[in-house]
Amino acid sequence: MASAGCMPAILLCRRPEASFSAALRERFRVLDFLASGEPLPAFLAAAAAAPEPPRAAVVTGSSSVRVDAWFLDAAPSIRCVISTGAGVDHIDLAECARRGVAVGNSGDVYSTDVADYAVGLLLDVLRQVSAAGRYVRRRSWPVQGDYPLGSHFRSGAPPQLGGKRVGIIGLGNIGSRVAKRLEAFGCVIHYNSRKPKDSVPYKYFPNVHDLAAESDVLIVACALNKETRHIVNMNVLEALGKSGVIINIGRGSNIDEAELVVALKEGKIAGAGLDVFEHEPKVPAELFSMDNVVLSRHIAVFTEESRSDVHAHTIGNLEAFFSGQPLLSPVHADSLVK
Amino acid sequence: MAMDSLSVLLLYPVNAYLEQELDRRFSLLRLWEHSPPDSLFRAHGSAIRAVVGYPGHKVDAALLDALPSLEIFSSFSVGIDHVDLSECRERGIRVTNTPDVLTDDVADLAVGLAIAALRKIRQADRYVCAGLWKAKGDYTLTTRFSGKRVGIIGLGRIGLTVATRVEAFDCPVNYYQRTKKEYPNYTYYPSVVELAANSDVLVVACPLNEQTRHIVNREVIDALGPKGVLINIGRGPHVDEPELVSALVEGRLGGAGLDVFEDEPNVPEALFTLDNVVLVPHVGSGTHETRQAMADLVLGNLEAHVLKKPLLTPVV
Repeated sequence: MASAGCMPAILLCRRPEASFSAALRERFRVLDFLASGEPLPAFLAAAAAAPEPPRAAVVTGSSSVRVDAWFLDAAPSIRCVISTGAGVDHIDLAECARRGVAVGNSGDVYSTDVADYAVGLLLDVLRQVSAAGRYVRRRSWPVQGDYPLGSHFRSGAPPQLGGKRVGIIGLGNIGSRVAKRLEAFGCVIHYNSRKPKDSVPYKYFPNVHDLAAESDVLIVACALNKETRHIVNMNVLEALGKSGVIINIGRGSNIDEAELVVALKEGKIAGAGLDVFEHEPKVPAELFSMDNVVLSRHIAVFTEESRSDVHAHTIGNLEAFFSGQPLLSPVHADSLVK
Repeated sequence: MAMDSLSVLLLYPVNAYLEQELDRRFSLLRLWEHSPPDSLFRAHGSAIRAVVGYPGHKVDAALLDALPSLEIFSSFSVGIDHVDLSECRERGIRVTNTPDVLTDDVADLAVGLAIAALRKIRQADRYVCAGLWKAKGDYTLTTRFSGKRVGIIGLGRIGLTVATRVEAFDCPVNYYQRTKKEYPNYTYYPSVVELAANSDVLVVACPLNEQTRHIVNREVIDALGPKGVLINIGRGPHVDEPELVSALVEGRLGGAGLDVFEDEPNVPEALFTLDNVVLVPHVGSGTHETRQAMADLVLGNLEAHVLKKPLLTPVV
């Protein structure tokens, strides 16, 4: 551990918990953007002008601070950007690569919780846990009798999960964990990603439309970039079909949200579980009254365990950078999967 | 003897396909079409040779007295705690249930309830649907499901199926049952209290009988503790419900996911406002494939009985 006098400086562009803040300050000289109260340009100018300007920056996962050409020009001392999230769509990876700025993310830290949440959403949509819970809580059970199972499923009751074909878009850290979990329920795993993965026993589909056509459930688990924006559109949803269910734990813009709403309204698919949306925190109000849709406010990563894990991991990334080691979880400009 | 001469009484319209097929294959009477029910027993009681029932409708000496010609009772369920088996045995009445076909569904629901309880999925849905999500970064921390110690009371068909599912989440599996068996990956505890003390999620998956009534009592609930979660996919009477409610209300128990209750369809209203409790109205076997398979077992058992062949899934 470096002594106070020669602790490297870092930019902190997110609101930290007290314990994280303390842990950072034990190791680094922290230039805290939010605490400074200054607008970003003034803050970065002051940091750049300091005698030992910061060489690393910590930003949030879905940050209001975009790390783009402007930011890198304003903070030329920055040689490393660590995101505390899995997604890096707020970081211009190509620009960073051009300038030789290393980028790191949360690596695998959130993958388990997001995979768990995807399975939880799927079970909720299929077995109507939330909807049936509302039936109980509005006192309908003694009055109206047994819960009317899955009237929105073509067969009149929800389908069994076992034997169902699950198509995973993006078989990275999260997608592969989802696959492992759903295999234990007897699901057959199919996937799409940029390239097929040799070591994996699942059937590969080179495009998402064909994946959807041979899947009963579609799970969006990929990063957001130019290629994956609206990768799920009406065409894909129609291929998924009237009994199909879609789960999104990627980014809202992976799905054409307007077309998803239409598909749900018109019964083109049987249900959806969504943790992310195109224009958070705005959620299409038409979804609120749909019993076959489970909504959530981008919280798949937020557990106590992942919170403490990401603090340790971020510090690990920073210490690796400052000691000249490769980052624990580097992100490359051509990455697609989380 | 012709199938359609078998007079069958259906106690409850539990499943449309079942009712339709009973009507098509046999001579069907529907209890709910007669008001009062006694009028049906007076008019047809002595002709009825088969009854198809459902949990919550007791098959006891009183019912059996009203049906002197009853030969077989076929339950649309795997649990048969609503049936007085010794009375049926004494009177030579066969009893069948629907094991195995609903195992996966019940196990799936157990995991769904556990994740929903720990990750508070319903609350997130309610929050968004009420239009309360006004700012990004608005969240509360919940607790990870993966890696939690899962304690299973009863490692039968359903318990084992729960075990294999949670193993995929790297959950260590503990269990209690009357007899210890050799499960290299699962840790046996000789009492439910010790099981609860060493588990984060406790799943009730045993049959209901005299020994297992209130098997989850105050002592067990206290051992499970303020961070523990109880999942009941067995029967309501497995759990001392008033104790459970006060433990949840007072925060002595961390949470619960409940598919069954002591007095269905009545659910203690004190649970309705608790964020850490997931409630569903006995939907454990509620998928299309399973309900159909259960119905086919009921129908198959009745047909085997008529044809004097071995019953498919006899209990008595």
